[in-house]
Amino acid sequence: MGNLIIIAIDAMLISNIVLMRFLGICPYMGVSKKQETAVGMGFAVIFVMTFATLISFIVQKTVLVTFNLEYLQTIVFILVIASLVQMVEIVMKKIAPALFDALGIYLPLITTNCAILGVALLTIQKDLNLLQALIFAVASGIGYMIAIFIFAGIRERFEFSSIPKPFKDASIALITAGLLSMAFFGFTGLVKI
Amino acid sequence: MSLKNNFLKGIWNNNPVLILLLGFCPVLAVSTTVIDALGMGISTTFVLLGSNIVISLIRGFVPKKMRIPVFIVVIATFVTIVDLVLYGFFFELHKSLGLFIPLIVVNCIVLGRAEAFASKNSLLDSIVDALGMGVGFILAIVVLAAIREILGNGTIMGLTLFPQSYQPVIVAILPPGAFITLGFMLAGMNRINIGREQREKARKKALKAMKNTKQSNKE
Repeated sequence: MGNLIIIAIDAMLISNIVLMRFLGICPYMGVSKKQETAVGMGFAVIFVMTFATLISFIVQKTVLVTFNLEYLQTIVFILVIASLVQMVEIVMKKIAPALFDALGIYLPLITTNCAILGVALLTIQKDLNLLQALIFAVASGIGYMIAIFIFAGIRERFEFSSIPKPFKDASIALITAGLLSMAFFGFTGLVKI
Repeated sequence: MSLKNNFLKGIWNNNPVLILLLGFCPVLAVSTTVIDALGMGISTTFVLLGSNIVISLIRGFVPKKMRIPVFIVVIATFVTIVDLVLYGFFFELHKSLGLFIPLIVVNCIVLGRAEAFASKNSLLDSIVDALGMGVGFILAIVVLAAIREILGNGTIMGLTLFPQSYQPVIVAILPPGAFITLGFMLAGMNRINIGREQREKARKKALKAMKNTKQSNKE
């Protein structure tokens, strides 16, 4: 149990996937201009990341390892994720149209979000078991949500400040992300691994 | 568009990282040393080249609705080749690039070029485009890595630059340093482009003024 809590805190704060591991930077920069859209993206990431990690974990253990096909990992995982995103989109449209309206536009973006594939691969690399993998995926997703939510909050305030012309948009956003990442360094040593 | 312009646009005017803002993840993550950055840059360029060639060749057969999955499988195949080659021949590099080798699959530059360029253009154009974009990517990641390595470690390509008394700015090779350095690089690039635009405007204005005075002189 304690082990699981450590995995969760580590994935959420200490090795935050965006600010410490540099995964999923593209959507992090792209959809963080407003807090509302940032939250939408955050939920979509948590949702897809959990399912993608679980399914790719099961595929790895049941198919790839059994038939000695580990070298196909990259191809298989990306296919699993791409088809999963499509399926989630179709199912969600039927079952939960309200949720689909809220997350709809972010779902296709997620296929190219390297955080999803990254977490799926990390789970295998870290040699976690199924329960640990589940906790790791959910916590990573929440970590993404925390990072993008704070970041969007800061970016909304850019509108009221006068930024030097060359620093506008991406440049100041990256520097802000750097400062945020520095702040997250404060969590180092929160738990002993 | 001539081949030369097609090649050069990837390096400055349409630099995939600094102007199009694509593929930040590997750029930020593997720019702690110049060697790693170079390895990443060359691997990505190889994948870009391979996928652009294949996609340009099959662009006639692939049904429109199926194109994205097909592109992804083509890209993933080349990434697997890179992964296995690095594992076999450059084990140290494979270890330090780690997770970011399989993640070339989801590098937006590769899929972006496949979708926006190779699926619509001839083989030769696609090859030149891939090389231009690849060189642009290598330049961006290597320059960032050089700045970070010099500041944060006092070395470049493993060569010590400063005397022993130099205190390295360790934050430059930690994650925050990556974000901040790249931010300043983008700002520098913008500054140069803004300066260029202004000069261009001033030149046009001067030309116009000259024409006007000539005309009034005639009158």
